[in-house]
Amino acid sequence: MKRIDYPFNKEQIRELRVGDMVLISGKMYTGRDAVHKRLHDGTKPPVDFNNQIIYHCGPVVIQDKKTGKYEVKAAGPTTSIREEPYQWEVMRDHGILGVIGKGGMGPKTLQGCKDYGCVYFHAIGGAAQVLAEKIESVDNVFWTDLGSPEAIWELTVKDFPVVVTMDSHGGSLHAEVEKSSSDKLKEFL
Amino acid sequence: MAKKKVAKKAARKATKKVAKKAARKVVAIKSAKKKATKKKVAKKATKKKVAKKATKKKVAKKVAKKKVAKKVAKKKVAKKATKKKVAKKVAKKATKKKVAKKVTKNATTKKAAKKATKKVAKKATKKAPVKKAKKTVVKNINTDAILFDSILELIRSTSAEIPDDIQKVVLEALAREEKNTTAEYAMGIIKANIELAKRKSQPLCQDTGTILFYVSHPAGFNQTKFTKIVHKAVVKATEVGYLRQNSVDSLTGKNETMNIGPGHPDMHFHEHSKNTVEVKLMLKGGGCENVGAQYSLPNTALEAGRDLDGVRKVILDAIVKAQGKGCGPGVLGVTIGGDRGAGYVFSKEQLLRKLDDTNTVPELAALEKDIVETANKLGIGPMGFGGKTTLLGCKVGALNRLPASFFVSVSYMCWAYRRQGVALDKSNKIKKWLY
Repeated sequence: MKRIDYPFNKEQIRELRVGDMVLISGKMYTGRDAVHKRLHDGTKPPVDFNNQIIYHCGPVVIQDKKTGKYEVKAAGPTTSIREEPYQWEVMRDHGILGVIGKGGMGPKTLQGCKDYGCVYFHAIGGAAQVLAEKIESVDNVFWTDLGSPEAIWELTVKDFPVVVTMDSHGGSLHAEVEKSSSDKLKEFL
Repeated sequence: MAKKKVAKKAARKATKKVAKKAARKVVAIKSAKKKATKKKVAKKATKKKVAKKATKKKVAKKVAKKKVAKKVAKKKVAKKATKKKVAKKVAKKATKKKVAKKVTKNATTKKAAKKATKKVAKKATKKAPVKKAKKTVVKNINTDAILFDSILELIRSTSAEIPDDIQKVVLEALAREEKNTTAEYAMGIIKANIELAKRKSQPLCQDTGTILFYVSHPAGFNQTKFTKIVHKAVVKATEVGYLRQNSVDSLTGKNETMNIGPGHPDMHFHEHSKNTVEVKLMLKGGGCENVGAQYSLPNTALEAGRDLDGVRKVILDAIVKAQGKGCGPGVLGVTIGGDRGAGYVFSKEQLLRKLDDTNTVPELAALEKDIVETANKLGIGPMGFGGKTTLLGCKVGALNRLPASFFVSVSYMCWAYRRQGVALDKSNKIKKWLY
């Protein structure tokens, strides 16, 4: 088990390889379909994403009516492949060094990881409670006009469990498994 | 309303309740004979001892005039009654006549129902409501309110607790994976998540999915009324966080309604010959819905013809295409035949079957078994990390087709297989859990 702690840096990221199980502690920002589309369209982000991690997640967040405080009730990853058209661009233009999601991403993103020093962390899809437990605080929220699941939530996490499935050296577990399973399928047909 | 508040204002509440009762009776009479004069109404009301006093002081008349919502009526009447000190008298009489007892019981039920809506209610889940059923069999029971509570509890349970048949195979899959692999790691987190969600009574997965209700009911059942109450329960469930705000207007992109809108929730009604109403609920997340697939046979690329071997080929193709994107290991619901629409609808209904059942059609039973075994040799594994378990189950049903069409429709259900069901008794309480 490896660990990376905030503030994150490119050197840490370059050391990670496909198959590494990692615990992340520190800051991350949620961002999914609408956020990526908006960034792609050229809107300036409300926060500085340089050396930050973006989490593909649309959490269930409840706001306490009295105190105004937010509480994350469930926060598992959403399917990342939908951001395939945009992700490499966000790596290039905004300097992110990690993406957390599920299901893996395609060749454009893999190239982006290589070119800009970024990794893809795979969180366990559906494990919304285990992952929500790792969120220590909700520090801020931006672009709430996109709706709660699509907004940018600034979170502080501790020991957030992920697996590196795409690294900054061109390795992709998804590409490997897809190839091996397709080959096996041919045997069974 | 807070429990304390209720307790403090017990006396006042009793007054309100009695006044409400008086109001309800008078309103009922009024609606039966709309043109009845005030005097007539008063006369009829005098038959009821409770209403008697009220009518003397002209309270009931005022109530009868107002055909407003119960709650509004309740408050307004209670206020007026209090001012004229009528209600006090009524309450006293009522207490003698054991009306107050009923009131207290009702209050307790409401309290309990509210408790159940909170996350603390973990244990008030399956057995508690049934127990209460016996206590509260009294006249004038509000079956709509009970239905609301039952549906809310069904939503809570479905969102937070995985059914036993699914949990069993998840644990088997965990045991099967090799130690210290990412596959075992993934299954371990899945297991922990199942336990945690149940303990905290919170959503297993943050994508609380398409809300699919399958309602089996006897003839003469009021679907419109039922749907309205389901909508209320869905809104409440969204407010308290059993469900995520998850319904997007496809044109504006806005996600503002509390899961109510065209197609949401997805209601399926089915008339059956039993006397009881059975409500099944499935919460199907978007990730797994996205990897569903429909094939039209013959399929040249896969060399899949119009026979069971062709069906097998396209199902396996769908599994490989899905990889880990549908939050595997998952379960497939498959329809052979039908038109495109019916094929998908029926494939989801296959997912209502218990995972350990055996298909009554031997050919389909064999196909189901073969698909699971073959899929688990593909090495896609949990989350697509590679590993021994790619599929937890496969359920196949067949519909007739047109001579010109041969569709195979595949619905993928993620490991967070959220489906539950209840049989309701006559008062709409949960009589039995179906999974």
